[in-house]
Amino acid sequence: MDSAALVEGIIRKHPGAQLREGSDTPAVKVSAEVLVSVLESLRDDPEFGFDMLFDHTAIDWMEQGRFELIYRLFSTEQGHSAMVAADVPRDNPVAPTVSGLWRSALGLEREVYDLLGVLYDGHPDLRRVFLEDDWKGHPLRKDYQDDYMLERP
Amino acid sequence: MAVKVKTLEELLKPPAEAASALSTQEYYVNMGPQHPISHGSLRFVVRLDGETAKEVMPVPGYVHRGIEKMCEHLSYRQMVHLSDRMDYFSALMGNWAVSKTVEHAAGIELNDRIEIIRTIMAELQRVQSHVLWWAVLGMDMGAATAFLYGFREREIIGEIFEETIGARLTMNYIQPGGVMYDIQPGFVAKVKKLISYLRPVIDEYDTLLSGNVILQERLRNVGVLDPKLALSMGCTGPVLRASGVPLDLRKVQPYGAYAKADFNVAVGSKGDSWDRYYVRVQEMRESLRIVEQLLDGIPEGPHMVMKPAVRIKVPEGMFYGQLETSRGILGLTLVSDGKGAGPIRAHFRSPNYNNLWVISALAPGWRVADTIAILSSLDLVIPEIDR
Repeated sequence: MDSAALVEGIIRKHPGAQLREGSDTPAVKVSAEVLVSVLESLRDDPEFGFDMLFDHTAIDWMEQGRFELIYRLFSTEQGHSAMVAADVPRDNPVAPTVSGLWRSALGLEREVYDLLGVLYDGHPDLRRVFLEDDWKGHPLRKDYQDDYMLERP
Repeated sequence: MAVKVKTLEELLKPPAEAASALSTQEYYVNMGPQHPISHGSLRFVVRLDGETAKEVMPVPGYVHRGIEKMCEHLSYRQMVHLSDRMDYFSALMGNWAVSKTVEHAAGIELNDRIEIIRTIMAELQRVQSHVLWWAVLGMDMGAATAFLYGFREREIIGEIFEETIGARLTMNYIQPGGVMYDIQPGFVAKVKKLISYLRPVIDEYDTLLSGNVILQERLRNVGVLDPKLALSMGCTGPVLRASGVPLDLRKVQPYGAYAKADFNVAVGSKGDSWDRYYVRVQEMRESLRIVEQLLDGIPEGPHMVMKPAVRIKVPEGMFYGQLETSRGILGLTLVSDGKGAGPIRAHFRSPNYNNLWVISALAPGWRVADTIAILSSLDLVIPEIDR
């Protein structure tokens, strides 16, 4: 499916989804409440057939007080890819886990928790992955500070 | 409702008392971070029952440098110089992934010469990477001869890189808008000589190691990765192709000059360690084929389409680019505010990070030595996991 048809198809099946503007890949935005059900139907619906959660990360939009979660999906059957985005508030960054849908989320969500501090509700093994367990803060947040940071002009 | 965050310590349950004086008891043992089989600084916490691994928990992070954070403070050109410090055996592919994404975001059009030079260099790098992997796999399986043979060929390919690029390991060559230096005058002749040298050498590898009964016994039917599981775990590269899924971006979404070359995608049937081994051996041959076909068709022209001093302007938005490295699909997400010289967020989709977790799915039930065989067949490069 080409990009426009893909986005249209997703929005037709999921009326809550909107076009996520400003992305070069086909992208939709959904609310965090319906995230798991939308992703599950994108995986199981033969029209889309997204059998891989290719990548997952988050973007810290500090001024707007939100984290934008990014899920990149890929279908090996049909060769198309799409991005699903969802917002969680920055002051209570709790998102549902999608590790029940794709096992790659087990590792990817741990990375996002470690570096951005998004908490995944229902993740069976939510631990830091790169940093030590007693590390303070989450380095990829825009307001992260520690004693060893270099000041850049 | 609060989400519970665990620590590694909590997971390590105290070993159960042995039932009788004759029965065995489970123990937690650390493999790594400083151990030859970890191919770098990677730690595994293994729950052992005698010689059998019951549970393997990877603990990465010993080489975490915060590359994604650093990228937020660098310009698009400077980002290239971090990309080869991730997967240093695919340094040029790392450079290329950054350049490809930035060029796509900034709308920079390249000429054929640049695309062909990039493709040739990347494929030579793939051969070099696989040669080294083959050497180290031999070493892990106890065949020190393979180790020495592999390093011999790695040096010869390294000399070709050194002549044009000036470096042998962390190469910064492919940059947004072209390649840093033009190829040296004798490049084509030297690569042709290299191909005619490497072809029989790879056959020699087959007779030395692939046909060896000990290696076959060590790898066949060990650590079978089901294609469904491989897709669910986000595996890419030879690990996924060995399970029978022919996902190769060079074929599926051709970039560079791959559309000009005729080559096959090596695919396994079973997904065991042997398939992962043999897929890579075949990939070396296919890479040489690609290089051979492109060598004679390098057109004349400039090796960069924009001067290095020109500041790259990327419009506001989110951009994604990906390509096939020696170990799988490396993707780069760039978020730009349209104002700064660099991104406000950069995220690398690392093939090794996803391939790493396969070990905890495959290893349980196998002996420690088989765990090492599985690990070696996954061909992990640790700095790219940690970034």
